[in-house]
Amino acid sequence: MATEYASSGEYIKHHLQNLTYGQHVDGTWGFAHGAAEAKAMGFWAINVDSMAFAIGLGFLFLFLFRMAAKKATTGVPSGLQNFVEWIIEFVDSSVRGSFSHQNPLVAPLALTVFMWVFLMNLMDLFPVDWLPFVASMSGLPHLKVVPSTDPNVTFGMSLSIFVLVLFYSVKMKGAGGFFSELAFQPFPKFLFPVNLLLEGVGLIAKPISLALRLFGNMYAGEMIFILIALMFGGNWVLAVFGGTLQWAWAVFHILIITLQAFIFMTLTIVYLDMAHAEHH
Amino acid sequence: MNFNATLIGQSITFIFFVWFCMKFVWPPIMSALETRKKQIADGLTAADRGKHELELAAKKAGDNMRDAKAQAAEVIAQAEKRAAQIIEEAKTAAKEEGDRQLAAAQANIAQETNRARESLREQVAGLAVAGAEKILRREVNAQTHADLLGQLKAEL
Repeated sequence: MATEYASSGEYIKHHLQNLTYGQHVDGTWGFAHGAAEAKAMGFWAINVDSMAFAIGLGFLFLFLFRMAAKKATTGVPSGLQNFVEWIIEFVDSSVRGSFSHQNPLVAPLALTVFMWVFLMNLMDLFPVDWLPFVASMSGLPHLKVVPSTDPNVTFGMSLSIFVLVLFYSVKMKGAGGFFSELAFQPFPKFLFPVNLLLEGVGLIAKPISLALRLFGNMYAGEMIFILIALMFGGNWVLAVFGGTLQWAWAVFHILIITLQAFIFMTLTIVYLDMAHAEHH
Repeated sequence: MNFNATLIGQSITFIFFVWFCMKFVWPPIMSALETRKKQIADGLTAADRGKHELELAAKKAGDNMRDAKAQAAEVIAQAEKRAAQIIEEAKTAAKEEGDRQLAAAQANIAQETNRARESLREQVAGLAVAGAEKILRREVNAQTHADLLGQLKAEL
């Protein structure tokens, strides 16, 4: 399908552009055609594709797990319940391993993070042209099917977690305790500006690294899928080679998808554990 | 990277999903898991207890069996002893009865002998008197010699 585009560069750009809805420079509302128009819309625009896929996948996760929760029996579990229990026990053991305080929020939060990120990453395994092709048939200028390749999505999650980290830091240690943790270590107290700078950077780095790690991994994976998909525009030898490559990358990507979801969940738990812990 | 209101939308969605998960997904499944864990633990404990009870019952049954055997042996021994005793008693009783009957028979015989001897003596005396009468009829008057004859009769 790369042949529909003027150049492979344009093909790549097209695939990396979200379906953005917002106010055009001329005052009308509508979808942005291209990156420049999307940028011109400013902050008050929304990536419809990211939101739609993210919400849809989130509801899929909640629907499946809610169904299992409703039918949860203490007897021999059936297929779906078995699967759900397996994931829940996996998340629960991760939380027990990394989180040493009492907080009923953390485990459900970790489960939501893990399953949601996993499902959003999973969209990467759809061949890159299928859904955008369907979208272009129905008149949408762009469609990016993997929500976790949109930094808005990953930052939306990591900043929400960061707010929780700040909230529990202040709640557990008090505002003074939290400040002293930032200002009075690792160096002696009289060097508190240096401490504050170091610890402040460390604190800010948490949500940024959390979001960028996921975004970077998924963006790069998506990019490689797009590059492989370019081969389908060449002769049939190149196409067969591309198909093999795509298959191999997809298999490898299954690992990355799961791993990134797991890392995001584990770091969420660890950051919240650090927020609860008293430093001395 | 182009940041826009998706950031806010995603945050709100995230918070809603976490809330829903915390409220309606996690607790029922966790409670089912906990309950099952407890049930399995209880079942294992009950199985252990049952096994223990079975062992105790088997031991008790063995004890009972041994007691019963001992009792039976005792009963048999007693019965044998009693039987021997009864036989002994019967023997003694039979012997006594025999002796008694023998004594009675002997007494009877002695009595009969005496009676026969008495009657024989009277007959002999009678015969002697008769013989003497026949001899003396000719020369002795029975009346004159009556005292003699009575004396003779007494001596016999």
